[in-house]
Amino acid sequence: MKVLLSGNEAIARGAYEAGVKVCSAYPGTPSTEIFEELPKFKGEVYCEWAPNEKVATEFAYGASVAGVRSLCAMKHVGLNVAADPMFTAAYNGVTGGFVIVTADDPSMHSSQNEQDNRYYAKFAKLALIEPSDSQECKDFMKEAYRISEAYDMPVLFRTTTRVSHSKSLVELGEREEKEPTPYQRNIRKNVCTPANAYANHPKVEKNLAALEEYSNRCPLNRVEKGDGEIGVVTASIAYQYAKEVFPEGTSFLKLGLTNPLPMELIREFAASVKTLYVVEELEGFMEEQIKAAGIPCIGKEKVSNMYELNPQRLRQMLFGVEPEVKELPVHAVARPPALCPGCPHRGFFYTMSKHKGSIVTGDIGCYTLGAAAPLSAVDTVLCMGGGFSVGAGIAKTLEVLGRKKKVFGVVGDSTFFHSGMTGAAEIIYNKANVVPVVLDNHITGMTGHQDNPGSGYTLLGEVADAIAIEDVLKGIGYEKILIVDPQDLKAMDAAVREAEESEVPAAIICRRPCLLIKRIKHETGLCVVDTDKCIGCKMCQKVGCPALSIVNKKSSIDPIQCVGCTVCAQVCPVGAISRKEK
Amino acid sequence: MKKSVILVGVGGQGAILTAKILINGVMKKGYDVKMSEVHGMSQRGGSVSTQVHFGDKVYSPVIGKGEADILVAYEKMEAVRYAEFLKPDGIAIINDYAMPSAATAAGLCEYPEGCLEAMQANFNCHVLKASDIAMQLGSAKCMNVVLFGAMTKVIGLDDIDWETVIRETVPPKFIDLNLRAYEAGREAVL
Repeated sequence: MKVLLSGNEAIARGAYEAGVKVCSAYPGTPSTEIFEELPKFKGEVYCEWAPNEKVATEFAYGASVAGVRSLCAMKHVGLNVAADPMFTAAYNGVTGGFVIVTADDPSMHSSQNEQDNRYYAKFAKLALIEPSDSQECKDFMKEAYRISEAYDMPVLFRTTTRVSHSKSLVELGEREEKEPTPYQRNIRKNVCTPANAYANHPKVEKNLAALEEYSNRCPLNRVEKGDGEIGVVTASIAYQYAKEVFPEGTSFLKLGLTNPLPMELIREFAASVKTLYVVEELEGFMEEQIKAAGIPCIGKEKVSNMYELNPQRLRQMLFGVEPEVKELPVHAVARPPALCPGCPHRGFFYTMSKHKGSIVTGDIGCYTLGAAAPLSAVDTVLCMGGGFSVGAGIAKTLEVLGRKKKVFGVVGDSTFFHSGMTGAAEIIYNKANVVPVVLDNHITGMTGHQDNPGSGYTLLGEVADAIAIEDVLKGIGYEKILIVDPQDLKAMDAAVREAEESEVPAAIICRRPCLLIKRIKHETGLCVVDTDKCIGCKMCQKVGCPALSIVNKKSSIDPIQCVGCTVCAQVCPVGAISRKEK
Repeated sequence: MKKSVILVGVGGQGAILTAKILINGVMKKGYDVKMSEVHGMSQRGGSVSTQVHFGDKVYSPVIGKGEADILVAYEKMEAVRYAEFLKPDGIAIINDYAMPSAATAAGLCEYPEGCLEAMQANFNCHVLKASDIAMQLGSAKCMNVVLFGAMTKVIGLDDIDWETVIRETVPPKFIDLNLRAYEAGREAVL
């Protein structure tokens, strides 16, 4: 019987069926659900959330060295964090099969860039496997482990948002247990001294050459023969789009193993058609190599390297077919994502929006939304952990330029453990004029509420020793740690002032759990406006709450959305807003 | 045969559950089916869309402009936003309900007037007060299934036993509420 699975669920299922034993990941859209699915196989599969992608990759590599099939997964930018262990794991090779899943996000639905991680496979000299639907996500996992072990290399398994987050029908299989390889010390293979690395490099080249030879007859790469007019080389989700767009009779070379490319197979395929297209989302990864091999083809001169494709975009770019769209006389206004009603981050960012002239260096997570109007209280966001260290760079530069100004560096709790701790050390070590602020909502919020080293639970639902952020900060050298409920605006403002004026290194922890954490019973209520008291000054609108609007020149609160956090009530100058129980 | 349905609204309005019911139904009929949804940042009060495509054989899990047969909008301004995805002869099923966006709530711009009228002037539209109907049934949350009931009626997917599908899809304690919502939706577009 077939079941409907997302690509991510199918990847987890495929790893399970392939006999995977040990898995580690850091959550990141669109990869997160792979590891939310794995606990279903508890007992047969160990899985965990790691503090970051580098740790997850090192951990999964360790599991491979210890002799079992292992898995790690991350979003595309997560692989930047994990690049260091990945590049050298390619030289050391594997013992148990080792698969690294990278989920790219064309169109940046939930990301800061749209990097094409296929280049990592070529760069790091890894096998690259790209599924195009959920059935392939599952089936290709098994082949990924086989290739990893047969060619002694980690396999990069690359999806995109539409592969990971679309659902399609999948025929399930049975788990095949893989006997662990008995552990033995192998210094020559597993210790990357320069001498060993020197000897490992030719091994990598030899394995890649053998893999390329295999790729020409690998079942993941297949030809759908047409009438010989048009041929399309394609892979991943672009295959599905191309199938909708090209005319009947088109030949397809559908690739699943895309590094190394099966150049002989491509050459043969090209010779069998009059016109050759290469259709791929984002960069011309395959096209560049195909053209370099002297095979003429049409690709990126027609198909944009920006944003995700769909059949209509592809049809328009390739064949100039304009979509039939009716122009409406009305236009929708922006509906950007916003901090939820009752979000604990709102109190901090509102406070900083009133703290004119301060510099706030932000980070990746729900609290990136502190940059959205009307709060507009963030100066920079760059990457995970950057909240502290970008802030340190700005503060030190201001100092070098002879200006004294405190910078507030902001990270979340999960981000603190991910890569905020090193920035916190930088601030102390090099005496940067930065107040680190940890917005501790006890969970990894934006990706959908995953546990982290501070949350007290593991991925498998077991109770963990929650690491206290204040203890870490204290250990690093912060002498004054102000722990504050950000929803108490007076206390929040006082903490910001105290930290700013502190003579000793000070840090702030804004502590209040995310309202969407299901295991906590939240004491929600409802705020109501007394329209007789309301003077229509719109002060409450400055907190940027989606539940608030102005109706007939008076403040109005949507009872469906409001949770009674009272941040709006605290800013009302005439006391027109009060809280009642829901 | 291939049909494309696009369900649009604001994060948290329940498009994914509706999509699940639709998929479970068409799967019973033996159709091939693909669905696409968006997770992450845009779920935080942002505009969201979920797509369902079913037919004899479905390749792409997403469509572009001018390619949807049916648009189901949980909020009327979102109907306008995604109208460009609808085929010129496509059908729109719209909840007559306005939800301010973070931008309008902050007073940065005005919620547009005339959303329903613009949709009705250009498309085959079925407008119902699904949020009010849901409230009368006891929970604003079942608005999604009210619209779903209306959709099954409008597009004539009547050879599928939707009541059984709903029973099998929604959590047990919400079966009765959702069955009533489904019926109320069908009646609202008589």
